[in-house]
Amino acid sequence: MTELVLSRPVKGRSLWIDAWRRLTANRAAVVSVVYLLLMGVACLVGPLLTGHHYTTIYTDYVRVPPSLTAYPKPDQISGMLDELIRRMRVDLVAWNDQDDRISLTIRSSRPIDPRVVRYFDRSSSFADPKVETTSPDGLTLTLSTAVAKHYFLFGTDNTGRDLLTRTLIAGRVSLAIGLLAGLTAVVIGVIYGATAGYLGGRIDDIMMRIVDVLYSLPFIFLVIMLVVFFGRNFVLMFIAVGAVQWLDMARIVRGQALSIRRQEYVQAALALGVSPLGILWRHVVPNTLGPVAVYMTLLVPQVILLESFLSYLGLGVQEPLTSWGVLIAQGAKNIPSATWLLIFPSIFLTSTLFALNFLGDGLRDALDPKDR
Amino acid sequence: MLRYVLRRLLTAIPTLFLIVTLSFFLLRVAPGGPFSQERGLSPEVRANLERVYQLDAPLWRQYLSYLGNLLHGDFGPSYNLPDFTVADLFRVGLPVSVQLGASALVLALILGSILGIVAALRQNRGVDYAVVALATAGSTIPTFVIAPLYQLVFALTLAWVPVAGWGGGALVNKIGPALTLALPQIAIVARLMRGAMIEALRANHIRTARALGLGSWSVVVKHALRGALLPIISYAGPAAAALLTGSVVVETVFAIPGVGRYFVDAALNRDYTLVMGTVVVIAVFVIMFNLIVDLLYALVDPRVRYD
Amino acid sequence: MSRFRSLLIATLLLGTAALPAAAESIYNRGNSADPESLDPHKTSTVYEAHILRDVFEGLVMQNATSDLIPGVAESWTVSPDGKTYTFKLRPDAVWSNGDPVTAEDFVYSFRRLEDPATGAEYASMLYVIKNGEEVNTGKAKPEELGIRAVDAKTFEVTLKSPTPYFLEMLTHQAAYPVNKASIEKFGADWIKPGNLVSNGAFTLTEFIPNDHIKLVKNPKFHAAGEVKLDVVNYIPTEDRSTAIKRYEAGELDSNDDLPTEQLADLKKKFGDQVKLGPYLGTYYYAIKTDKAPWNNPKLRRAISLIIDRDFLAEKVWQNSMLPAYSMVPPGIDGYTPAEADYAKTSQFDREDEAKKILTDLGYGPGKPLKLEIRYNTSENHKNTAVAIQEQLKPFGIEVSLINTDTKTHYGHLEQKGDYDYARGGWIADYKDPESFLGISRKASGNNYSNFDNAGFETLMDEAAAAGADPAARMKKLAEAEKVLVDELGNMPLLYYSYHEIVSPKLKGWEPNVMAVHPSRFISK
Repeated sequence: MTELVLSRPVKGRSLWIDAWRRLTANRAAVVSVVYLLLMGVACLVGPLLTGHHYTTIYTDYVRVPPSLTAYPKPDQISGMLDELIRRMRVDLVAWNDQDDRISLTIRSSRPIDPRVVRYFDRSSSFADPKVETTSPDGLTLTLSTAVAKHYFLFGTDNTGRDLLTRTLIAGRVSLAIGLLAGLTAVVIGVIYGATAGYLGGRIDDIMMRIVDVLYSLPFIFLVIMLVVFFGRNFVLMFIAVGAVQWLDMARIVRGQALSIRRQEYVQAALALGVSPLGILWRHVVPNTLGPVAVYMTLLVPQVILLESFLSYLGLGVQEPLTSWGVLIAQGAKNIPSATWLLIFPSIFLTSTLFALNFLGDGLRDALDPKDR
Repeated sequence: MLRYVLRRLLTAIPTLFLIVTLSFFLLRVAPGGPFSQERGLSPEVRANLERVYQLDAPLWRQYLSYLGNLLHGDFGPSYNLPDFTVADLFRVGLPVSVQLGASALVLALILGSILGIVAALRQNRGVDYAVVALATAGSTIPTFVIAPLYQLVFALTLAWVPVAGWGGGALVNKIGPALTLALPQIAIVARLMRGAMIEALRANHIRTARALGLGSWSVVVKHALRGALLPIISYAGPAAAALLTGSVVVETVFAIPGVGRYFVDAALNRDYTLVMGTVVVIAVFVIMFNLIVDLLYALVDPRVRYD
Repeated sequence: MSRFRSLLIATLLLGTAALPAAAESIYNRGNSADPESLDPHKTSTVYEAHILRDVFEGLVMQNATSDLIPGVAESWTVSPDGKTYTFKLRPDAVWSNGDPVTAEDFVYSFRRLEDPATGAEYASMLYVIKNGEEVNTGKAKPEELGIRAVDAKTFEVTLKSPTPYFLEMLTHQAAYPVNKASIEKFGADWIKPGNLVSNGAFTLTEFIPNDHIKLVKNPKFHAAGEVKLDVVNYIPTEDRSTAIKRYEAGELDSNDDLPTEQLADLKKKFGDQVKLGPYLGTYYYAIKTDKAPWNNPKLRRAISLIIDRDFLAEKVWQNSMLPAYSMVPPGIDGYTPAEADYAKTSQFDREDEAKKILTDLGYGPGKPLKLEIRYNTSENHKNTAVAIQEQLKPFGIEVSLINTDTKTHYGHLEQKGDYDYARGGWIADYKDPESFLGISRKASGNNYSNFDNAGFETLMDEAAAAGADPAARMKKLAEAEKVLVDELGNMPLLYYSYHEIVSPKLKGWEPNVMAVHPSRFISK
C-alpha cells in the first residue's frame, strides 16, 4: 500500500516534464521568459552602469529631454554661464572655449571673494574650476573650468534626476512588489484554501463565509486603509496588499482540495493513519501547484497595476525610491509637455506586463491543456 | 427557486453586518479625522464640531447609534460635505456611475466577443496575434494614462468630443469615459470568447457535423457562445458590481459626477459616514450580482441545482 | 468632417442642461474644488469663498483688486478707543426674496456663527468681538455677544480690544449674513438651490456635486445694474491637467490653478493668459522646537542656511513660488516683513556658516545628523522635500522622507505627534501680518512647532495693545516677526503666488495678492 503513496510523485514528475515540454514549445511564452529575465537583470545591474545615482539631482538639468549626445549642448554653455554669473552677483567681461576648458573673466565693483569658484563646483555642468589670475585691486578675476559631460538617455525628471536610472530602480521596486504580494497571496491562499477544502463540513462553511465577507468589502477602501496604516514601509504595505489578494487563490485551492480529498488514494492514506497535515502537505498542496503557478503569474501584473493605481492616488512608495507606477503617474500629469516622463516608464511597465501575461497563458496551456 | 433566493438574501444580512462593523472600526483607528486640515482648528472650535457631529461620544455608542440609523435606512450626513446626506450624494451620483458602467460593460461584451471570435477563427495567424496583443495592451496600460491620451487626441487635436464634464448626460460626453472603462474589460471578454470558440471548433460533434457537411459557421458560433456563456457570466457578475459603482480615475480625469470617486476621496478625507455608505453600497452590489450569477448559472446549465 | 463635428456640438448643446440660450453672458469658471458647504458658517476654504462672495454680501466686501469696499454697510464709524464699530446699512439692501436686510439679520448671523451648536470652523476668527470666545465655548449665552441692532439699519459691534484688521476680517465669508426665516423654515436644507435666500449679486440655481454650481444674476441686488454676467457656472476642476485641456477647448473661461510642473510650457503656449503674481501665502516647514536636537535654534538655523530656496522656487516650482525668508509675505500695506539676516548673503556664505555651526555642535562623520521630513501627498511637496534632502546630503545630514495623505499628516501634527520637520502652508484669511504670525503663538491650534518664546509672546501682546495706533502696531509686529524668524519657530521656504489662466474674453479680471475675483466685476 505504501507503493500507492510513493507512486504519486513519480506520476507528478512526468506531468511536470510534460508541462515543461509544452511550455518550451510555446514561442510567446519562451520569449516572455527571456524578456523577463533580461528585464530583471537590467533592473538589478543597470543602475550601476548608467553613471548616475538615482537620487542625484542635476540642478542645471531639470526636465531636460532625452538625448543620445552629452549635456551640456554647445549652445547651452553660454546660458549656464550667465545664470552662474547672475547668482555670483558679478559681471562677465569675456569668456572663450578652448581645449575642453572654458576660461572667463569676471569683474565686480567690490573685491571678488575667490570662493566664487564654488559656484562652478556646485554646478552640474562644470568641473575642476581654478582661479587663474586676480587683478591687483581684486575687482577682476580670471577663471578656468572644465565642462562636465553628462548623458541623459531618457532625459531627466522634474527635480533633475536621470530618468533612465530611476526607471531601472523603479523596475526593481515594481517587480519586487509584484513578487512579494503575489507570494504572500499564494501562501495565504494555499494554506487557507487547502485547510478549508480538506477539513470540509462546518469549518469549511465558516472559512468560506469569511472569504465571502471579505469579497464584498470594497477593495479600494481596504487598500487605502492598509496604506494609511503601513504607508511608511512598502514591504509591509505589499505584504498587506498580498494579504488582500488571496481570496481567489483560496477558492481555487479549496475546490482542488475538496476533489482530491475524495480520491481513493487519499482515503487509503487516511485509512493507513497518515495525519491530516501530512496528507495536506503530500497530496493536496502539490496537486494545486499547477493552477497556483498560473494564478501567480497573472497576479503579479495585477499587483503591479494596482501599485500604479495607488501611485496615481499619491499613495505609492516613499521618495527617493520610486516605482514604475509612480513614474507613470507623474508622467501622465506632465503630458503633453514632457512626454518622455510618460513614454519610457510606460514602455517598461507595459512590456513587462505583456510578458507576464503571455507567460501566464503559456503556463496555463502547458499545465492544463484542457482548461481554458 | 424563490426559497433559494430568500435564503440567500437572509444570509446576506449577517455578511452586511460584519462588513459594516469591520469597516466602522477600521476607519476609526486610522490616524487623522474629518477635521484634520492644513488650517488647524483651535481646541474650542474642534470641541464644538465634535459635539455637533456627535464624535465626542464613546466609540461603542457611536457605533450603536450608527447601526440604529442604518436600520432605518439613514446613512447620516456627510462630514466633509455637510450640505448633503450620504443618501443625497448617492441619489445624484449613482445613476451617473451606473449609466457609464453599464455602457462600458455592454461595450466590452459586444466588442470583446467579436474580437474573440475573429481571433479564434484565425487562430495563430496575424489577426489572432493582433487581437491578443491589443487585448493585452488594453489591460496593461493604466487607465490614468489612457484617459488623458484620449482627451488629447479626440478632444483637443480632432475636436470631436468635449474634453471632460458630464454635460447633463450627453452622448458625446460619455464616449470617452465609457471607452476608457471598457478597455481592460474588452481584453478579458475577448480572451474568454477566444478560448470558448477554439474549444467549440475542436469539439467532436461539431467536427462530425462539419465533416458531414451539416455545420455552418453559425452553428459553430452558436456552440461557442453557449460554451463561453458560463465563464462570461462568472466574469460579468463581479465586473458589473465593480463597473456600476464607478471608477475614481475615470471620474476624476473626465470630471464625471459619479460615486466612484467617493470610494477614494471619502476614505482619504476620513468622511466616516460617506465611507460607510460606499462600503454598504459596494457590498450590496457584490451580493446582488453574486446571486444573479448563481441564478443565471442554473438557467444556462440545467445540471446546476440550488442546494 | 466639419458636419460631423457640428453635429456633435449640437448634440452637446442639446444635452447640456447647464447651457442656456445664446444671448446670455455666461462665465464658466473653473474652481479647483467643490465647496464642502455653501453655508457661510460651515465653510473654510478659498474655493468656497469664491462662490460665497458672489452669492452673499457682507457688511464690507472686496473689489476686483481686493481692496475693501462698502457692502451692505454704506458707511461706518469707529469710536475713539477703537473698540466700537457702528455700521450704517444701505437702505436698498434686500434679500433675494425681497425682504430688506436689517441689522437684526447681522445680529442673528453673528450669534449663529459663535453659537457652539453651529460648529462653525471660523468662529475663532471673530473672537475679537466682545464675549465671542465666551459664547463659542459655552461660557456665555449668544445674547451676550458684543453686538446689537441699534435700529433696523444700524448695527453696532463692540470689540474686546482695538483690532485694526477687524474690517478686513469682515470681508471673510464667515461674517456674511444668513437669512433667519429660511433657516427656520428649511432647517439643514436651507442652502439647497430653490430654498437659498441670499443677498449677493447672484443667486444659486443648481448644485450638482462634482459637476457644477450654477449662479444667475440677482435682479434685486442693489448694484444689479453694474453686474454684466447673467450666469456664472462654477465647475470643479480637481484634475489640473484636465482643467487646462478644458480651458484650451473653450469649456472653461478661466481656472484658478495650473499644473505648475508644466508652467514654462504653458507660458510659451498661452502667453499672458497665464496669470502669475504674488499671493498672500507662505509655504513653510514646521520644526518640532521642543524636541532635542531641534530645540537648539542654532541647529535650526544651520538647516535653514543650507536650503537653497532659489533652486526650489525656480526649478522645482518653475517660478510659481518665490524664495521666502520671512513668515509674512510682502504685499500688506504698511508692513515690511522682517527677513532673516541671511536673505541677502550668498549661498556659499550661508553654507560656510552652516558648516561651522554643525562642526561646533559636534556633528560630523562620526555623529551624523538625522532629520525626518513629513509632507502631505502632492507632486510638488514631494519634489520640494526631495530637493531639500539632496541639498542637505553633502553636509552629512541624513534626511528621510515620510509622505502621508493629508488627513494623516495634519492629524499627526494636531495630535502633537513626533516628527522633525513637517510641511505646512498658510494662506491669509485677511490682509494683516497677524494672520501669519498668530499661528506661531503658544496657544494657537496651528502652532505645530510648539514654539514657545517669551520675547515673541510679549511683542505680540504689545502689538495687540497698540491696536489703536496702526504704525506702532506694525512696528511691534515686525519686531515679533524678527524674533520668530531668527529663532526659526517655523522655517519659511517659499511665498505662494497665484497661478491662474484667464481667457482674454473676460474683462475686469484684476491681479491682486488675495487672488480675489468677484464675478460681479467681471464681464465677458
